[in-house]
Amino acid sequence: MSQFSDYAWMILDGTWVTVKITVVASVVAVIVALLTGVARTSKFFWIRLGPTLFVELFRGTSCYVQLFWAFFALPFIGISLTPFVASVLVLGANVGSYGSEVVRGAIAGVPRGQTEASVALNFTKLQRFRHVVFPQALVAMLPPAGNLFIDLLKLTPLTSLITMSDLTYNAMAVRQQTGSTFIALATILVGYFLMSSAIAWAIGRIERRASRGLETGPRAA
Amino acid sequence: MIWDWDFALRIIPDILRGLGTTVIATFFGSLLALAVGLVIALANRSDVTAVRRSSRGFAEFIRRTPLLVQLYFIYFVLPQAGVVLPPLLCGVIALGLHTGAYLSEVYRAGIDGVPRGQWEAARALNYQQGQTWLKIILPQAIPPMIPAIGNYIILMFKDSALLSIIAVPELMSMSRNIGNDSYRYLEPLTIAAILYLLLSGIAVLLLRIIESRSGMARLTG
Repeated sequence: MSQFSDYAWMILDGTWVTVKITVVASVVAVIVALLTGVARTSKFFWIRLGPTLFVELFRGTSCYVQLFWAFFALPFIGISLTPFVASVLVLGANVGSYGSEVVRGAIAGVPRGQTEASVALNFTKLQRFRHVVFPQALVAMLPPAGNLFIDLLKLTPLTSLITMSDLTYNAMAVRQQTGSTFIALATILVGYFLMSSAIAWAIGRIERRASRGLETGPRAA
Repeated sequence: MIWDWDFALRIIPDILRGLGTTVIATFFGSLLALAVGLVIALANRSDVTAVRRSSRGFAEFIRRTPLLVQLYFIYFVLPQAGVVLPPLLCGVIALGLHTGAYLSEVYRAGIDGVPRGQWEAARALNYQQGQTWLKIILPQAIPPMIPAIGNYIILMFKDSALLSIIAVPELMSMSRNIGNDSYRYLEPLTIAAILYLLLSGIAVLLLRIIESRSGMARLTG
């Protein structure tokens, strides 16, 4: 029975690594999404150019290819990243690039009358964005953002391929040591399902809170 | 010189051979996904509560668990149940199931998007069930689905790189093998990434053209 608890610890240990990667990469993703998303609403071509190229580059290939490139090809041009840093940067940039489109779309979706009203009320550009446009855009961003956080969690098993000992990596180790393939894989499938569901639940709560006082959103409906 | 052109040109034929397998996997994966999505979408509309609940639960579970773990499950667990499949087939099944779970939502949105009056009119005109679907509902439901279905197939094309993990000789697998043999990862991984980028970029452009065409067909027809 002591062996069983060893394996249980390995699974818990892996879960903790998965959670760490997900949280840190989510922070990177949010920063990437906001910076590139807001920059891409600019009316100046030269401000849009860089972020657009960045986003298209990360959306045009899969996260797995990017992760391998960052871990195996980058050292040839003199940049060596630790597995953890490579994981959170690539996952963050990948999901952030999809998020960029969400941010851009949400800002573009705020009715023009809102901008015009704040110009009429003599708001500065920054005030207009900070107090009028962004809070309304945020509500529209949340549901797709929730799906992206779940997507990010679902990408973390890829990091096991560049030697991160996450949930998937440890489960495969348990599988090899015990030979019980079904139990090991079924356990982590359920584990990922529970973590995804927790994210979905949390985003649902934040959504309700953020849409308070607005005319649209889950509360008014 | 960090980038070795001679080496890069020498390995391109091998990498292109891998691309052929990638296209095959994506093609059959798409066919399976279209079928799986349809079955789930129809089951979700069933009059029998148990059927509805289990198909919704199944699709939700697939959408909330990682593709890599699903791939491992099919590749490692099925043989234990006595079902030994070639790696490429395992990969096609995993891609088809995963994408199919997402496509079921696209089908649902497309069918729900047809105004209720169309169903009522079909009934008033004495159309049979089959005629209603074939002549009234589907012709209106399918064009708006095309962009979303196309996007999921492009995603599948990029995700098919994962099949290299179960030794399917596709694009990414060929590049990794070249890297392992030569200890040079920069050229093969970069060429692979460029090919993914190029092909998915072309696919996105084609999709936009089809999209505008089908939109026009709807307006004039």
